[in-house]
Amino acid sequence: MSDQNDAIRGGEFLIRPTEASDIFIPEEWTEEQLMMKQMTLDFVAQRIIPQLEQIENQQEGLVPSLMEEAGELGLVGSSVPEAYGGLGLDFKTTMLITEAIGGAHSFSVSFSAHTGIGTLPILYYGNEEQKQKWIPGLASGKLKGCYCLTEPSAGSDANSGKTKAHLTDDGKHYVINGQKMWITNGGFADVMIVFAKIDDDEDLTAFIVDGHAEGITKNPEEKKMGIKGSSTRQIFFNDVHVPAENLLYKREQGFKIAVNILNIGRIKLGGAVLGAAKDASTESIHFANEREQFGRPISKYGAIRYKLAEGAIRLYTLESALYRATQNIDDAIAALKSDGMEHGEATLKGIADFAPECAMMKVLGSEVLDFVVDEAVQIHGGMGYSAETRAELAYRDARINRIFEGTNEINRMLTVDMILKKAMKGEMDLMTPAMAVANELTGVPDFTSPSSDPFERQLSYVANMKKAILMVAGSAAQKLMMSLGKEQEILMNIADMAIWLYTIESTVLRVQKLAQQAGNTDELSIQMAIMQVYTYEASEWIHSAGKEALLSFAEGDELKMMVMGMKRFCKTEDFNTKAARQLIAQHLIEKNAYAL
Amino acid sequence: MKLLVCISQAPDTTSRIAFTNGNTEFDSSGVQYIVNPYDEWYALVRAIELKEKHGGTVTTLTVGEAGCDPVIRKALAIGADDAIRVDVKPTDAMQVARLIADQARSGGYDIILCGKETIDHNGAVVPAMVAEMLDCGFVSNATHLDVAGSQATLKREAAGGEEVVGIECPFVLSAAKGMAEQRIPNMRGIMSARTKPLAVESAESTSATAISQFTLPPEKGACKMVDADRPEELIRLLREEAKAI
Repeated sequence: MSDQNDAIRGGEFLIRPTEASDIFIPEEWTEEQLMMKQMTLDFVAQRIIPQLEQIENQQEGLVPSLMEEAGELGLVGSSVPEAYGGLGLDFKTTMLITEAIGGAHSFSVSFSAHTGIGTLPILYYGNEEQKQKWIPGLASGKLKGCYCLTEPSAGSDANSGKTKAHLTDDGKHYVINGQKMWITNGGFADVMIVFAKIDDDEDLTAFIVDGHAEGITKNPEEKKMGIKGSSTRQIFFNDVHVPAENLLYKREQGFKIAVNILNIGRIKLGGAVLGAAKDASTESIHFANEREQFGRPISKYGAIRYKLAEGAIRLYTLESALYRATQNIDDAIAALKSDGMEHGEATLKGIADFAPECAMMKVLGSEVLDFVVDEAVQIHGGMGYSAETRAELAYRDARINRIFEGTNEINRMLTVDMILKKAMKGEMDLMTPAMAVANELTGVPDFTSPSSDPFERQLSYVANMKKAILMVAGSAAQKLMMSLGKEQEILMNIADMAIWLYTIESTVLRVQKLAQQAGNTDELSIQMAIMQVYTYEASEWIHSAGKEALLSFAEGDELKMMVMGMKRFCKTEDFNTKAARQLIAQHLIEKNAYAL
Repeated sequence: MKLLVCISQAPDTTSRIAFTNGNTEFDSSGVQYIVNPYDEWYALVRAIELKEKHGGTVTTLTVGEAGCDPVIRKALAIGADDAIRVDVKPTDAMQVARLIADQARSGGYDIILCGKETIDHNGAVVPAMVAEMLDCGFVSNATHLDVAGSQATLKREAAGGEEVVGIECPFVLSAAKGMAEQRIPNMRGIMSARTKPLAVESAESTSATAISQFTLPPEKGACKMVDADRPEELIRLLREEAKAI
């Protein structure tokens, strides 16, 4: 979208303003993309939802056969280039498909594991022979993939795995020994991406392992809180002979593969949970409209309307942020490809540049989903606690999203860490704007009256909140120096501030773009209400998180000055949030769905 | 075999129904349109199945303005080869039937497949009118269709049973539930839909009828619960209050 030279890079949202015209908004999907989304929703509604019970009970062969059906429809290979049997769609369109399949409960997890971590390591790191051998089968769904990284003692600290590989004397095979756990699709995978250390290597190496190879044994299915329909196994490798040519990429480069593939998985998880949350929201609206108490539908009551509106606000703002980041990634990939870089490498590099946003969308998305499903249970009352309702299922299924693909805590710390690393490498200049904020703190406050344009006003709050984050992060870095990396509570505060700020800005830009396209805001009262409520509430959260961080490491006059600065930078206009939420709820109730 | 499938758009079943212009026009603002299910699930899918079995072509024909193009492209995505849209706003059954017949007359189609009715106005008369105007045979509410050469065999539900009907091509049918299973378009179909021909034809048209007024059905009344062990009370209420018996 932007000119390549001034195209925004990952993490730069903290220091650069973005124009509404530079972001993609979901209202800009083409007719063809919407048809793809609808057909995916139709597949879920016709083939998955009626069989949820059988899927939950892990009926033998059902999920693999549904995966094949999805493959026949072209869903499985959507992001795989045509040369390997896929459709070669851009990142944004595959994200839309991911969102549409997100309401498929357990199946969504099996699908995402297969299309993501089960397929992409070979697609992006395999040599030509490996790609030709494995990718067409994976892209069509005929072969099912899984990803074996986690071990009993190596979860978040993935590089500490104990699984070993040793080259046979004739150099023809690696012999793998070890134990992996929490392996999604482990029960039926034909292709396994297995991470192991060769001999006494420090770092992991990745291997493509035939899922039916001799020496592979599996524990029974894990008994899980949710996503019960997805296969999750512990897998043991006992002298498993893997052809030497199945070493993926380079020796001791496995962790790099794991990290880069997880970047993709994280932002795509954001898409899947968006779809799941939209479904849960619509379920809640249906129930609230149908359930009567004291002689009228419970959707008439303010306490329920608040919940419905707040869910929609979280959904709309997540969607705004997610697709903004997704388009940024597509633009980065396109720019790298136009410079002559090959598709796979460009994809990895483009996504790696936006790794902070990927981590942020994982955290935001999974927590929005948890909020929405929690309120779905609450709105359903006693019925929400009954295993007969989708609300109960959605509640249990949602919980894993804060844990896998890197826990939300790890992802929060990574967000800050990656942005700081970009600054240290000179990829973005955090220092100059942070110094400017420090100077502004001691200067005379800006008393100019706010703009009469609602979007300009909102964007001025956004600009100020960026200063708040730079102030906290800058002073924390200055005070704590190298030990900041160990101050996890402060890192969490900073990450939260960044996530909320990004989401506010994305929402304001989306609504502003809609207004620019329409030439007015006449038809945008709901969107304006969402924007205003979210800016209002998230600015309070940013203020609170920032202050908490400051109070932990600063003191004396400096602390006082920064606390005052925090207040000034997080100030937004007061307005009637109750009325705004009522307006939003009324719209949802009339449409009887999350219809935005 | 040349097959023509008449495709109409209809409001999604979850649409909120409202009227404008003094209750004389359907309020289409914010309404999501779909391919009329009888046209898509039964007529179109069966036509595509026959093409896959016997070879030939499937053309869709729609009477409607440019707003219909998304549903036409959905039909192309499902597997039709090409499409014709007669660029006229449909206003009544006779007008639509005449426009379809005018297009179909010179097309040399072996079978013209229509859904048994459109789920908005539910007139269910267009297919019969088209057959009459083309002076060819007609089978209504068909639940099954097979073709061997120029001879077709159809089934239709009859009171308490089923009829098997034989007919020589060309003919017109209206399709009912059972003729085929809904087919989800695949991604390649969706991507190829934009490259398939969609011919827009202009035509003159007049309608014999005009809508004077639409009204919504009365709101559902309050529900009265009767204990399961008091059937006599139910009988009394049905007789005295509801006057249903």
